[in-house]
Amino acid sequence: MIWWAVLGAGVGCYLLKLAGLSVPARVLANPVIARVAELIPVALLAALVAVQVLAAPEGRALVVDARAAALGVAVLLLLARAPFLVVVFGAAASAALLRLL
Amino acid sequence: MEQQTRRTVVRDSLGVAIATGTYGLSFGAVAVTSGLDVWQTCALSLVMFTGASQFALAGVLGSGGTPLAGALAALLLGTRNTLYGLRMAPLLGYRGWRRAAAAHVLIDESTAMAVTRPDRELARTGFLTTGVTIFVLWNLTTLAGAVAGEQLGDPRDLGLDAAVGAAFLALLWPRLTTPLLRVVALLAALVAAGAVTVTPAGVPVLVAAGVAVLVGVLKR
Repeated sequence: MIWWAVLGAGVGCYLLKLAGLSVPARVLANPVIARVAELIPVALLAALVAVQVLAAPEGRALVVDARAAALGVAVLLLLARAPFLVVVFGAAASAALLRLL
Repeated sequence: MEQQTRRTVVRDSLGVAIATGTYGLSFGAVAVTSGLDVWQTCALSLVMFTGASQFALAGVLGSGGTPLAGALAALLLGTRNTLYGLRMAPLLGYRGWRRAAAAHVLIDESTAMAVTRPDRELARTGFLTTGVTIFVLWNLTTLAGAVAGEQLGDPRDLGLDAAVGAAFLALLWPRLTTPLLRVVALLAALVAAGAVTVTPAGVPVLVAAGVAVLVGVLKR
C-alpha cells in the first residue's frame, strides 16, 4: 500500500510538472485559478506544521509538548536567518534536550 | 548590479543547489522514522523529486494517516510546480524529449534561479545547473540520511518528530511575503488543528487546503 502511494504520487508529481511546461499559459490567466494555486502551498504547509506539532501521538486530540517548544526554537532560528538544516536539526536537538530534563 | 554572465549564473546556481541538496539528509532521516523503508525513501527522491511533497507524504504517514491521504497531500503540494512550469515554458522554450526531461527538475529552486535571467541561454543555464546539481545531491543525501536514520533508535529520543514541524515551517517561511498569505497560513493552521480532533489522521491537512480554495474564490 505504501509503495502504491510512493510511486503513484511520485509519477503524479512528475506529470504536474510536465503539465506546467506543456499546457498553454492562458490557463493561468483565470485570476481565481492563479490565486488558489498561489495559496494552496501556503495553506498546506501551515496545516502540516500545526498537525505535526500539535496532534497527540495517540490520535484525535491536541497536545502541547516538547514539539511546540522546538517549534519556538525553529522560529527564533528562522528570524536569525539560520540555514534550513540548522533550523531542522536545531529544533530536533531542543526537543531531545527537553525530554532529557 | 553585477552583469549576468554564464559564469555568474553557474556560480550562483551552484551555491543555491549545494545548500538545498543537503536537505536530503533531513528528509532521509525523517522518512525512515515515519514508517517508510530505505528503498521507498530513495524512490521518493528519485521519482517524486520535490521536497515539500516528499516531506508531506512522510509526515502524514508518520502521524498515522493512510497512504492515500499522504499521496493526496503530496499531489496538492505538487501543483505549485505546474504553476512554475507555466511561467518557465516560454522562457526555456524546450520541446519534445528535452521538455520531458526538464520537467523532472522543475522545482522551487531551479525556477528561482532561472526566472530572473535576461535571455533564454542564461535561463537554461541557471535552470539546468540548479536542477541537475540538486537532483544528484538530494538523492545521495537522502540515501545517507535514510541509512543513518535506521541506525538511530527511537526517533522521539532524538527529537526527530519535532524536526518535521520545523522542516515544514522552514519551507513555509519564505512564502509568507504578503499579509494575505500570512492570514491564509494562520487560518489553515487553525482549521487543521481543529480538524485533528474530529477527523482521521491525514485528513486535517486536506481540509486546510479548502481554506486556500475558499479565500482564493471569495477574494476580489
